[in-house]
Amino acid sequence: MKFMLLIHQGTTPTPDQEAWNTVSEGEQKAVYADYQAVNKTPGVTPGMWLQPPEMATTVRVQDGQTLVTDGPFVAMKEALGGYLFFEADDLDAAIELAAKIPPARLGGGIEVRPIKEW
Amino acid sequence: MVDALDAVFREEWGRILAALIGFLGDFDLAEEAAQEAFAIAAERWGRDGIPANPRAWLVTTGRNRALNRLRRDRTLAEKTRLLQAAHASEVTVDETIFRDERLELLFTCCHPALAVESQVALTLRTLGGLSTTEIARAFLVTESTMAQRLVRAKRKIKAAGIPFRVPPAHLLPDRLAAVLAVVYLIFNEGYAGRGDLASEALRLGSALAELIPDEPEAHGLLAMMLLHDSRRQARFRDGELVLLADQDRSLWDAEEIAEGRAELDRALAVRGRGPYALQAVIAALHIDDPPDWARIAALYGELARRTGSPVVELNRAIAVAEAEGPEAGLAILGAVPLDDFHYLHATRGELLCRLGRTSEAHDAYEQALALVHDDTERRLLERRLASIGHS
Repeated sequence: MKFMLLIHQGTTPTPDQEAWNTVSEGEQKAVYADYQAVNKTPGVTPGMWLQPPEMATTVRVQDGQTLVTDGPFVAMKEALGGYLFFEADDLDAAIELAAKIPPARLGGGIEVRPIKEW
Repeated sequence: MVDALDAVFREEWGRILAALIGFLGDFDLAEEAAQEAFAIAAERWGRDGIPANPRAWLVTTGRNRALNRLRRDRTLAEKTRLLQAAHASEVTVDETIFRDERLELLFTCCHPALAVESQVALTLRTLGGLSTTEIARAFLVTESTMAQRLVRAKRKIKAAGIPFRVPPAHLLPDRLAAVLAVVYLIFNEGYAGRGDLASEALRLGSALAELIPDEPEAHGLLAMMLLHDSRRQARFRDGELVLLADQDRSLWDAEEIAEGRAELDRALAVRGRGPYALQAVIAALHIDDPPDWARIAALYGELARRTGSPVVELNRAIAVAEAEGPEAGLAILGAVPLDDFHYLHATRGELLCRLGRTSEAHDAYEQALALVHDDTERRLLERRLASIGHS
């Protein structure tokens, strides 16, 4: 079956933030290496890189009027940071992969969503 | 006949359903098939007598019913991706080809991707064969809430791809802990007064100990449950809670105590020293007359270090008070961060009372009363409070 893994950065420092400089060089390298390993895992279709949630614009339509607001739909620290697709046998395999995605251990969380099959 | 079928239902439901889920790969379909098999049994067994192997008969019947249904309804078969099963031929299932898949079922029901209350409900429904009404009543929610909870859990198992299997070695410790926790939770509900749930937990616990005999904590949990349950009759007198020291020992179930001790030996034989085995040792020591409080206190100390649980620390304080006197117990209680827990204040009240500090004891019992929810516990506290009188 197919899963979408939604990567929520939470308080994870990312390279586009100043906080990234507080992360040790070793840890920075580990983050890159982990993402590389995740993306190379058989069954993974990597997602595209998203700009940070600060760059998001949220659009709503009320009574036919388009309302545009600055920022993500959910709170900034709950916003989606990235995603990938994963073809796997079952949820356990997806959970194992999710646990290897750096934000899972750095203050964020990975949401595992099964993709509907018809 | 009805009794015989009831007995088979209680004993075999979980195993039959597990086998059908294993074969059909679908909870709802398997549940319907199992129910149908029992309905047919009710009709046929009365007429033709009980088959030599009721379990195999029920699995075979359920399986063939489901296959017929799948053939009739191809779209359903496609949806549930069961075409393969639908092509299988009708067979008579015998003991040799049908494995016991209750363990797979238990691990599926207790998967951490399900909320704990769903894990508990699903375990009682699928392995225990309890009806939605019974489970709803036991957990004090409406039947529709419970029905919804079960439907949602089953839907998630299917949609999210929760596997029907015993987890591989690297996942086993965590997953087993979740299974044991669910069984213990069911037992605790039963211990708090709903006796049928306690029996259900014991049934699950002994199935678990039988299915994974090398796992010390499975024996540890079962031993602990048996040893606590052995005092069930003595814990209430005329609907009122009776504390350990005041219990009528002749009401303790000697057979259950023996079983519990035997199970504890099994846990220790496979080098069990986990939290459940430790609690079983402690429960066994409580049965001795008089209990070896110093040893109980030391074991609670080990358990507290292991679990970091303040409730365990509270229990240690009680044991220390028995072994070394109320002051030593009070000293430990002072550092237990459980201000919202009525047991803490009740214990403080009891120890202060023993020291003759009645006015402080009075206040402590008042605090406990303000926090207690359960009626029988409230009445016990009120009796204690009345017995020390006002200072």
